[in-house]
Order: sequence, then C-alpha cells, then structure tokens
Amino acid sequence: MYARILGLAAFAACLAMPVFAAVALSDAAGSYTISPAGSSIRFTIGKAGGGGFDGAFARFKGTIRIDNSDVGRSAVNLTIYPESVGTGQGRIDAFLRSDAVFDAANSPEIKFRSTSVKRTSDTTALVTGQLTARGKTFAEKFTAELGGLKGGTIKFHVTGKVLRSRYGMDVGTPIYSNVVNFDMTLTGKRG
Amino acid sequence: MTTMITNSPTRYGWASIILHWLIALIFIGQFVLGFIMVRIESQRAAFELIQLHKSFGFLLLGLVILRIAWRLGNATPALPSSVGALERRTAPVAHFALYAFQLALPFSGWALVSVSMLEIPSMPFSLFVIPNLPLAMSDAAESFWTEAHWYLAYAGIALVVLHALAALRHHYWLRDSVLVRMITPSSAQDVE
Repeated sequence: MYARILGLAAFAACLAMPVFAAVALSDAAGSYTISPAGSSIRFTIGKAGGGGFDGAFARFKGTIRIDNSDVGRSAVNLTIYPESVGTGQGRIDAFLRSDAVFDAANSPEIKFRSTSVKRTSDTTALVTGQLTARGKTFAEKFTAELGGLKGGTIKFHVTGKVLRSRYGMDVGTPIYSNVVNFDMTLTGKRG
Repeated sequence: MTTMITNSPTRYGWASIILHWLIALIFIGQFVLGFIMVRIESQRAAFELIQLHKSFGFLLLGLVILRIAWRLGNATPALPSSVGALERRTAPVAHFALYAFQLALPFSGWALVSVSMLEIPSMPFSLFVIPNLPLAMSDAAESFWTEAHWYLAYAGIALVVLHALAALRHHYWLRDSVLVRMITPSSAQDVE
C-alpha cells in the first residue's frame, strides 16, 4: 500500500519536474533558428547616482547549433539590427540610432559569432565569441543557461557585460556607465 | 593689497571685482553655449555641449550664491557725485534685477533637467552627482521650463547689454569712476 503510494508520488514528481532539469545532450543536439516571438534582447546601463537605463532590440536573427558529441563544438551566431532599439523614449531612441551611438545608418548590423563554447555545469555554458559593432571587433563572453527543451524548441537565458567604449560608443560616460549589461532570452526552433 | 580684498565705502575690493567679471564671463558664455548646443547637428556634440552647459550652470549658481553672501556681508561703495537723481533710483532696481536673473537662470535650468523625462543625471564636470529639484517629471513640465529658461536668458542678456552700455556711458560720456572701480580697487581713487 505504502509502496504503491510512494510509487505514484514518484511518478507524479517525474511529471511535474521541469523539462530542462534532465535534458540529455543527445536530445538537444541539432540546429536551431532563433525565433523572435519567444526571444528578447534587453540591456541595462547603470547611471551615476543610482538607477539605470533600460532598452531592448526588437529585431534580430540568429542560429544556435548544438553539437551532438562535443558541446565545445557548438556555435551561436547572432545579428542585431540597432535601428530597432527601443527605450520607451523616442528622443533617446533617436539619439541611440544616431552617429552618437550606433550610427545605424552606416552600421546597420551588430554581429556576434561564437568562437568557443565551454560547458560550466549541467545547464550552463560560457560562450566566447567575436562581437562586431561600428566596424570594431572584440572578444566578448556570455553566460548561457539552458531554460528548456520541448518539442523542437530550445530556450536559453543569456547574460553578459560589454564595454561600450571599445566600440566607439562611449558618449555620456561617466554619467552613464561604460558597462552594458545584456539580458537575453533566446528561443530557437529546430531546423 | 591685502586690505583690498573687501569692499570699502569708496571702492570695490578684489573679491567683488573678481566675482563680477568671472560671473559675467560665465553668464555670457552660457548664453552663447546654450544658443549653439540646441542648433548643432551632431547629436553627440549636442549631448556633450549640453552637459558642459549644465556644468557651468551649477558653477554659476555656486558663484552667484557666494557673491550675494559677499555683497550682503560687505560695504557697498557709494555712487560718485556724477550720478544723477534718476539713475540713483533706477540703478539699484537694475542691479537687483541682474542678481535675480543670475539666480533664476541656473535655477530654471536645474528645474528643466529635473522634470525632463530623459532623466539625465547632473554631474558637473564629471565630478559628482547633483540631485534633481523635487519637481514632478512630465513632457509638459519640460516644455514649460525650457521656454522659461529661454525667455529668462534673452531677458537676462538684454539686461546685461543695458548694464554694459550704462557702464560705458559713465566711462566715456560722464567720465566718472563707475566702470573703472569695477576693474581694480585702486582705480576708484585715481579717477575721483
């Protein structure tokens, strides 16, 4: 009797377990196209005196490839269109798009190409790659955390810090921090 | 020289003279900078010039408060006998108005950045953050203070021009010590 109850409880617990807790690498392996619907690319910049400044990019595209045998051979490509930046303040958006910051007219794409992926735990990896913005390329690191895998859809939560001064976007420092904190949710659809 | 720092009943001291010209320079410079910064095409240059304008605005406010304190705690030199009855009555009004503009301009600028929805912190010369005035932020409030700041600037600079013309009239027409006593403490006695 007790054994049956325990068994049922264990079965129920398995059902309730989040899908991402036990994603097998072999299940996750494959190529994914980043779907804008379930994805977001947000950023925050700290302000002198406290508080911060938030924004998001509405348009971007990319692919995620997870290698079947070796996570280290996985790859991420991401292209962000800075023209689509949004902060909730039209004047700030125009400023960010202008040659003061992104110069979206002359540099319409910000690109990230991964060069190495290192698994740091069951569900996390450190992604290193080349970030190119306004014609300048530097190595940057992002932490990716697997958020789930369900029916050919994979979800990652990606965070990282980028120094904007290196890309010729140092306007407003030190009133606004040089550090841009990225917080992305990237949802990939298989195929 | 050491005794010439403070004012006396017959002349201005160095402290008053230096504050007068330093504030004059910043006040006129701020007008020119303000005029340019809102017309310049480059968004980056505009942003940086606006921050510079804010920096000098806060410096101006500090100097003006110091100047008013110094004026209240010091003797005010008497006007020379060449000054007529009408000017004896109007000059103090004009000088009071000049002080009012020196305070109203930085304060209206401070109000403008405080109510702006852009919420750009004020950090004069990148040194430290100056808090906003306790005013509600809105686009309407920003438009109001922007206009107020401009009207005050035009009226203030018009008064400065009038003040300068009056000083030149004293120097070249009435040939009294009114202008030169604001240049060095000793020149007051030289002319009189």
